[in-house]
Amino acid sequence: MFKIIDKTQFSEKVFKFRIEAPEMAKHAHAGQFLMVRANECGERVPFTFADWNAEEGWIEFIFMVIGKTTTLLSSYEAGDCIQDVTGPLGCPTEMGEGKWAVIGGGVGLAIAFPVARQLVATGHEVHAIMGARTKDLLLLEEQFRSILPEDHIHITTDDGSYGEKGVVTAPEERLIAAGDVDHVFCVGPVPMMKFATLTAQKYDTPIIASLNPIMVDGTGMCGCCRVQVDGKTKFACVDGPDFDATKVDWNDLRARQAAYRTEEGQSLKAYEEANCACQK
Amino acid sequence: MSEVTYRPVRGPRTPDNEEPALERARDFRPVDKGYTKEMAIAEANRCLNCKKPSCVEGCPVNINIPKFIEAIRAEEFGRGLDIIREDSMLPAICGRVCPQENQCEGKCVLGRGKNPQPIAIGQLERFLGDQPELASKPAMKPANGKKVAIIGSGPSGITCAGELARNGFDVTVFEAFFTGGGVLVYGIPEFRLPKAVVKREIDGLQELGVKFEFNSVMGRLADAEELLGEKGFDAIYVATGAGLPKFLNIPGENLPNVFFANEYLTRVNLMKANQFPEYDTPTKHGKNVVVFGGGNVAMDAVRTAKRLGAERAIIAYRRTEAEMPARKAELHHAKQEGVEVMPLVAPLEFLEGEGGNVCGVRVQRCELGEPDDSGRRRPVPIEGAVEVIPCDVAISAIGTSANPFAKLIGGMELNKWGYIVADEDGRTTNPRIWAGGDIVTGAATVILAMGAGKKAAASITAAFAEE
Repeated sequence: MFKIIDKTQFSEKVFKFRIEAPEMAKHAHAGQFLMVRANECGERVPFTFADWNAEEGWIEFIFMVIGKTTTLLSSYEAGDCIQDVTGPLGCPTEMGEGKWAVIGGGVGLAIAFPVARQLVATGHEVHAIMGARTKDLLLLEEQFRSILPEDHIHITTDDGSYGEKGVVTAPEERLIAAGDVDHVFCVGPVPMMKFATLTAQKYDTPIIASLNPIMVDGTGMCGCCRVQVDGKTKFACVDGPDFDATKVDWNDLRARQAAYRTEEGQSLKAYEEANCACQK
Repeated sequence: MSEVTYRPVRGPRTPDNEEPALERARDFRPVDKGYTKEMAIAEANRCLNCKKPSCVEGCPVNINIPKFIEAIRAEEFGRGLDIIREDSMLPAICGRVCPQENQCEGKCVLGRGKNPQPIAIGQLERFLGDQPELASKPAMKPANGKKVAIIGSGPSGITCAGELARNGFDVTVFEAFFTGGGVLVYGIPEFRLPKAVVKREIDGLQELGVKFEFNSVMGRLADAEELLGEKGFDAIYVATGAGLPKFLNIPGENLPNVFFANEYLTRVNLMKANQFPEYDTPTKHGKNVVVFGGGNVAMDAVRTAKRLGAERAIIAYRRTEAEMPARKAELHHAKQEGVEVMPLVAPLEFLEGEGGNVCGVRVQRCELGEPDDSGRRRPVPIEGAVEVIPCDVAISAIGTSANPFAKLIGGMELNKWGYIVADEDGRTTNPRIWAGGDIVTGAATVILAMGAGKKAAASITAAFAEE
């Protein structure tokens, strides 16, 4: 059992858990993820590390309430326990020399933040491009501001309720064109990653994407998370989750992400109707 | 009855005690209920008690088979179990999953001739294994103060753990999943190996003082250097298995509803997807399911598909039934349950249907040609014989290879395929690290993995006795 030592609510549907996990905290790196099984009946769901502290022995992850598991998790409070937390898993993000743009869209910002922080800590110049549908869904602004100067933070919202109206590719293109960026890291919904990649490619700027397919075991055993990269089958859990974004088959990723949409709906409905025999 | 006057009873092999095929194929109940006491004794009475028992030669760990069968005849079941446990720690499991027809039973004198009726050694082993309470309590050596880390709780890891605990070592087993047993729980279905049987083994180890650290992916958490350094372990036994699925490498392999058998089986066996939505993990209940492969994993997958409601469940294999590596009993059970066997077909391409999911597989019909390196006749494509098998779920079960964790654990030499280099005793190139099971040999059997764990435990014990 893994104890929740702190719960933070960022918006109606976005939460952060701080979990007591001293061994994991000692071994986590930016870009890696963990697998959560909320209770005995739970499924295994991957979440990227948002933060960790080896001295204090905790790790953090951020989640948005979407389906059954995240709805259930959002009902947990500090002091409650999560059945299983496994990690760290996946390869840490490789951080090449030069100036970086870190792009996060939606909950992807939770993954982008530790990467940006690690880049800063290792002496890189970093621009953060933060995208959200609307102001209320913009995550971790304060945290990004605490590690980056004002003019290195670029915010976009689809509806223009905050920052620049539009999508992340506009500031991305400006920064690359001005020569302010040598590498791009992106994480978020597939269309965002796809267009961020096309933009970087236009200028021959290398771009890494952190992919988020469905996983079951997370240790390279089942192959549920397989993605097509450069025409080859790769497992996001052990070969990734970061890949050269210009080589990713986005349609394949999107189709596999959607494979259980019907069942995910059923599961949430059953939970909401309190038919589940094992809530919490 | 004195064994001196023993005269074997002549007669056919005692039939397996099976659940009715069509009834059992609707749920996950164990297919084979195992022999009753009367059946076991009747079968034991058929044993010829050969002077030179070839069955023992056929056993990968050379269990003294005639001797434990003799104990069954004498109705001394505890003694029979003790005899097995001299060589095998997992009789309840191996009795169920060993390919006996290629091992002990394959060598049985009664298995020769036109009407082979070998002694049901597997059934007898299981009969004893299922009564663990009758075995004598193993002697525990006093604690020797040495700590051993075991990586992986599959058959190899748990065997090594048990042996070492009895030899006085302080043993910790690190397991990546939330429960112990490795392939025995995520791979082999309930209807073939009940999870309670595996749990009994794990519980038994905990009673011996073995500690289990679940959710611990070694190589990502601690590596060999840290285990042997900061963490204070004196030795490591690496038994991570080799679970990375092999690809068919044909177009459409990544379409939704095309599975590797590992995923298909893990969803049901470990995550209980058959009980969705009571359990959160879903799976796909195909009406037409085709499984590529001819081994036990393929049989497990196709029979699982049947139990999830498939109307048509097909085993498609590139050779014929005679060449299938699966246990004969599994193929037999699968056919009883209505599984269709389609020999001599090789998949060419998975086809995408409406909604983007797989809707069929284009296959090449083959015929058997000349034998290949393995001595089995090679399938040769019949020109122009290409057809489409419609399906809504397709599963590939063509084997596995080394996973990347041995490399991440580090500190020892691997071969170019990522397997650990180790000798007969499990010694790696690092004097503090032993390894065994599939991560050394490549995908093999439970009994070989168990045997490797036992040998490594003996080697570790000897190494520290010298110190």
